[in-house]
Amino acid sequence: MREPAPAGNVFGMIAQFDDPDRLKDGIRRLRDQGYRRMEAHTPFPIEGLAEMLDFRDNRIAWATFAGGVLGAATGYGMQVYTNLDYVIDIGGRPLISNPAFMLITFELMVLFAVLAGIGAMLLLNRLPRLHHPLFDVPAFHMASTDRFFLVVYADDDRFDPAATRAALEALTPIGIEDVLQGEAPE
Amino acid sequence: MSDATGGARSPYAAVTAEVTGIPLHYPAPRAWWICFGVALLLFATFLVAAGVLFLYGVGVWGNNIPVNWGLAIANYVWFLGIGHAGTLISALLLLLNAHWRNSLNRFAEAMTLFAVICAGLYPILHLGRPWRFYWVFPYPNTMEVWPQFKSPLAWDFFAVLTYLTVSVAFWYIGIVPDLAATRDRARKRRQQVFYGLLALGWRGSARHWTRWRQAYRLTAAIAVPLVVSVHSEISLLFAAGPIPGWASTVFPPYFVLGAAFSGFAVVSMIAVVLRHALGLGNLVRPRHLDLLGKLLLATGMMTAYGYCAEVFDVLYSGREHEIRTLTDRLTGAYAWSYWGAVIGNFVPLQLLWFRRLRSSPTALFLIGLSVAIGMWFERYMLLVSSLYRDWLVSSWGEYHASFWEWALFAGMLGVFLVPFLLFVRALPVISAFEVNEAALEEKEARRNA
Repeated sequence: MREPAPAGNVFGMIAQFDDPDRLKDGIRRLRDQGYRRMEAHTPFPIEGLAEMLDFRDNRIAWATFAGGVLGAATGYGMQVYTNLDYVIDIGGRPLISNPAFMLITFELMVLFAVLAGIGAMLLLNRLPRLHHPLFDVPAFHMASTDRFFLVVYADDDRFDPAATRAALEALTPIGIEDVLQGEAPE
Repeated sequence: MSDATGGARSPYAAVTAEVTGIPLHYPAPRAWWICFGVALLLFATFLVAAGVLFLYGVGVWGNNIPVNWGLAIANYVWFLGIGHAGTLISALLLLLNAHWRNSLNRFAEAMTLFAVICAGLYPILHLGRPWRFYWVFPYPNTMEVWPQFKSPLAWDFFAVLTYLTVSVAFWYIGIVPDLAATRDRARKRRQQVFYGLLALGWRGSARHWTRWRQAYRLTAAIAVPLVVSVHSEISLLFAAGPIPGWASTVFPPYFVLGAAFSGFAVVSMIAVVLRHALGLGNLVRPRHLDLLGKLLLATGMMTAYGYCAEVFDVLYSGREHEIRTLTDRLTGAYAWSYWGAVIGNFVPLQLLWFRRLRSSPTALFLIGLSVAIGMWFERYMLLVSSLYRDWLVSSWGEYHASFWEWALFAGMLGVFLVPFLLFVRALPVISAFEVNEAALEEKEARRNA
């Protein structure tokens, strides 16, 4: 899901909770009211939260798999190529000696798989990103400690400054705040 | 909406504050500076020893024919083995959902990183012309020659490089959320910039966490077979040398378990020291020491099985040279290293059968130290006692490590300690968010029960 483009001045609205259950409850209630474009920010991964936000993504597993296949092919291909390119006959042993090649094939498979998986994670998460409108919210620093935040994006169909604030207030959070786009992204 | 209450507001905040408070307001500056000074001295020793090696060549070492593998390769295997425990604690226990790993995984992984760097330096320094180590990497060169991929040296290069890269990646994505927490708690500008850059803009969104978890778990799942492959590769490296005493089929599992054994010993030592120095008694509890003790005991007994299997294998095979190498190991010129290994590894280890000693920091530290030294003896024994009397009487000879080899070993401890101490000083040493996640899951499990 893409975040709101900086078309307007408003990025969204954020509510703060002190308990993951209240956050989950809030998401459930807003979804019942028809809100779809929401995001939760928590200090640690919470089981089931992404599913509640309709988020499913297997691309990292696929990227890891693709990296592994590419790595194994590169490892094996490199050894076959170099041995055919520069032939050294050692006591008549086969040029393409699979048992000796398997090690590097395996190592490169692992290397490429891990780098592809982590690379895909960073890419899909749009990281590194050094500035974000949420960082301007004064209380947001607690998102890495013990507060749980619910963001409603401004490009949600049902987003309306007054109505959304009322909907969030009905969840009795610790606080609600508007999030502005801030400076234009580079 | 502001942080009106301040201070610790919840058990979660207490854990985060305790962990991120260490780099932000270091609690033991004096002890740290003393350790760091010693580590820098050792590091200087490394620079001198490596400089002498570069200047005069490997002749400054005691290596000779037939013992052309001495301290350098013994230390290589030893350091790499120590590294494996960090990955196993982190990756294997993550996959097994063992929450108690959370208090140990971060510094165990850091130990892995720096131990692998030390290990990787040894084969390079051992090359004779170390500044040409990149020749084992396949790149189009003017000589139009490729590396010899049937050679264990090329395997080594790829295994260590992969292991180092994967360890760095696994450790770094694991630490990013805690770097974000440190960034958010930092009050000084330079700390905010430092941790802000390292945290990559992490903000803990549910989508980020989902992807992060997938990548983290997949990396863990791949890292476990990687550990097995890397240390099996080392035993293959031995098996590829036609020397009696190096070609037993028990070697790959025996090497991997021995590696984990020595690594758990060093993790235990580090856990005890950090717990004491940084006042982490709340997070690294006697329960963790108890579990580390059990791991140490289990891998130790498996290694002991390897010792027995090795002897049985030789006697059962009836091969003359194998039997003579075994006799040499038990009674020859280097019998001290065999018995040193047996005594160091297995005698104090038996104390760990008692729960009271397992959870006693001092006892665990001393037993860990004994195992780390014992495993070093084992690596030395495996190398030297096999090489010094091989097939022909004409190629018998003795080996004694020279001053510069010992100096390099001491220096290598500095190469390990300097970055490790910097890590302890500047980064969160315990995975705060995973401790909190486990606490929440436990709470929910209790509620559902």
